[in-house]
Amino acid sequence: MGLKKQFHNFKEKHKDKKWIPAFNAFHTFLYTPNETTHSGSHIRAVDDLKRTMNMVILAMVPCLIFGIFNAGYHHYQAFGEPVPFLSYQAFLHGAVKVIPLVVVSYGVGLLVEFLFAVVKGHEVEEGYLVTGMLVPLIVPIDTPLWMLAIAVVFGVVVGKEVFGGTGMNILNPALTVRAFLFFAYPTWMTGDKVWISGVVDRTNQIAKGAQLDAISGETILGGLAQNAPLDYSMLDAFLGFIPGSVGETSTLLIILAALFLIYTKIASWRIMLSAVLGALTMGFVFNKLVALEVITQTSNFYSLMSITFWHHLFIGGLAFGIVFMATDPVSGSQTNKGKWIYGFLIGFIGILIRVFNPAYPEGIMLSILLMNVFAPTIDHYVIQGNIKKRLKRLKVKTS
Amino acid sequence: MSKLIRVSKGLDIKLKGAAKKVINESPMIEFFTVKPSDFHSIKTKLVKKTGDLVKAGEAIFYNKECEEMKFVSPVSGEVVEVVYGERRKVLEVKIKADEDQSYLDFGRVNPVGLPEKEVISRLLESGCWTFIKQRPYDIIADPSKKPKSIFISMHGTAPLAPSYEFVLEDKMRAVQAALNALSILTDGEIHIAINHRKKHSIFKDLHYVNIHKVSGPHPSGNVSTLISKIDPINKGEVVWTIQPQDLVIIGELFLSGKYQAEKTIAITGAMVKEPCYYTTKIGASLETLLKGKLTGANARVISGNVLTGNNEGIKGSLRHYHDAITVIPEGDDYEIFGWLKPVANKVSITRSFTFSWLFPKRKFNLNTNTNGEERAFVITGHYEKVFPLDIYPMQLLKSCLYEDLDEMESIGMYEVAPEDFALTEFVCISKQPHQEIVRKGLDLMLKEIG
Repeated sequence: MGLKKQFHNFKEKHKDKKWIPAFNAFHTFLYTPNETTHSGSHIRAVDDLKRTMNMVILAMVPCLIFGIFNAGYHHYQAFGEPVPFLSYQAFLHGAVKVIPLVVVSYGVGLLVEFLFAVVKGHEVEEGYLVTGMLVPLIVPIDTPLWMLAIAVVFGVVVGKEVFGGTGMNILNPALTVRAFLFFAYPTWMTGDKVWISGVVDRTNQIAKGAQLDAISGETILGGLAQNAPLDYSMLDAFLGFIPGSVGETSTLLIILAALFLIYTKIASWRIMLSAVLGALTMGFVFNKLVALEVITQTSNFYSLMSITFWHHLFIGGLAFGIVFMATDPVSGSQTNKGKWIYGFLIGFIGILIRVFNPAYPEGIMLSILLMNVFAPTIDHYVIQGNIKKRLKRLKVKTS
Repeated sequence: MSKLIRVSKGLDIKLKGAAKKVINESPMIEFFTVKPSDFHSIKTKLVKKTGDLVKAGEAIFYNKECEEMKFVSPVSGEVVEVVYGERRKVLEVKIKADEDQSYLDFGRVNPVGLPEKEVISRLLESGCWTFIKQRPYDIIADPSKKPKSIFISMHGTAPLAPSYEFVLEDKMRAVQAALNALSILTDGEIHIAINHRKKHSIFKDLHYVNIHKVSGPHPSGNVSTLISKIDPINKGEVVWTIQPQDLVIIGELFLSGKYQAEKTIAITGAMVKEPCYYTTKIGASLETLLKGKLTGANARVISGNVLTGNNEGIKGSLRHYHDAITVIPEGDDYEIFGWLKPVANKVSITRSFTFSWLFPKRKFNLNTNTNGEERAFVITGHYEKVFPLDIYPMQLLKSCLYEDLDEMESIGMYEVAPEDFALTEFVCISKQPHQEIVRKGLDLMLKEIG
């Protein structure tokens, strides 16, 4: 008896058991089910949620691999033993730091998902496959695993399951995880220590009295917020050879991922394009303010306002957020017109928060979460437009 | 005057097994079945019982809420079986056909100049009224409400749809007679959609109608698309729709005085040996009709097309409103890593390692597998690509699910029929049953608002 038949018999035999969704999750991972259409259209397109989610995961893989090398590279750079970027030392060090983040994110997240599926008696949904990959890419490299685990539990339960699971959530679950880390452990998450692997340990050793040089692992944004000179060139920032959250640094790879997602017709190009336009607009306004000398060098915001407006796209998490999180179809705007407004405001407000937030010089996370909350309102007004058109038609008819 | 209506949103699903333009002789069919479930939302009262003899055109049951509305036998013969379901609901009435058919005589009459009431009562009495459907709600028309206009699509764009230019070629006299009668029943116009590619359409010579050329992918041939482009339905308005071949039956009623339930149907699909056309009657047993014509046993036998038809099975019959039989393979098998591997032999509107977009001319052999499990609505923007009406499809589906009547009404429920959601259902990544959702929504509105 073949494996296919054995699995089938097992499923049939235990189909009334409480735990069967857990088995089905593995079964449907191996085999597309033998389900046939029972009402309506007798044929269906080939795409399902698993295939769609898989495309997003594939788009993130280059960012993950780059993040691994980048973590090792910056570690050795900071500790005074530079190694080439594409070296096995860099990869090994990075892998040891990054892989556990991925494992914890998927392990804890899927555990919660399975628990909910079994308790609520529905199938395990695929939403977490993408969230689980996003989470390790948007946290600083030195995030402790226990912190990540707690944040993931919070993100999945409060961000998604309380609303009814994949497809019902209001906020993007991955960003809910990130926001939890940011607000629950602010001193840890916002300093200049967590962005390069090992810096936190070194700081702790110094605090205990070890005679070592302190190392700063400041990001570009962190530096700009303190009006400090830039340590990195814009080319480095574009290619990704800068400190930052694990997978967000390489704008080049993110652009390639965006092209892949647009080409495969998975993610909305409307959101991506309008978010970029929104960010550029806000950046341009700030540049003008500096040019008109409304903002002078004495201002706290001078550095962040004066960087050339399109450089904003290369630094921080803006590009990553726009491509992978703003385009989340569930928490984003659902109408095509709404997507333009939603995207534009994400970019616009993202840069606004980035420049004016004194505590943490990054705005894209907060701006996406904010627009997640407003997305249904935007859709509401878009649909009101459609309703008004219909009412007008009726009025013309009756008058 | 003909105008061109361009439809850009939609999807042509090209399937294997298109019918050759040949009309073959149908085998002698012994059994015919009438199914009350064809007449959605109608409460029927049976008047014949097992053993009764009927003539073609004689009532088998009538509408409880409108007793003049009769549902008649397509053939003459003997009622051999009445199948009941739960709470003694009649599921089907099986009739054994006589060798020599006899017809109830309704009298030949030229409809031109007939009073409106007479046309209506003639149609109700003969069972021909059942072919007239109304929007909103996509149900048999209410005889007491006058439609603002009538819509007929002579351009079948659904997968493997029969060519109406071909099947109606010799029946234009009957079609015109039906149009003459229908034109009495509306103060507005009768709109007909034809294929824009046909230079010499046989429909161009029709009188009392407005011809519209239509171009673009399916559902450009659906009546809803036509209605929305020409004369959208507003609250309180009623329009009628009729299928092309049903016009012939209505026309014959006036020309010959008989209920001739004859249709030229396309037997199509990848599992049919030699797909072509056959002439038969409504309710014909599919087992006899398809005998020796299929290539295998594990088949989905559909009365109608693959998007909106009924799953009849080989024991089923040709349903009241259908003019095609489609047979495709069942997909009741597992596929290893079906969600992961690149796929070129199935249709997709994305490019997520699906390569159907590379072969725009290829004909596909699709089976009935859902290609995934049902999920909540997740992906947005896909439905809009295949949905040409000025309506937000996902929002409408959701409002049907949470049964918000005000919202359903305001965002366009009056303008749709379940068939309009066949393509959104086809492309749906969450594998939601769109047509079922819309049907339930329409039923709810009908019950609550009426």
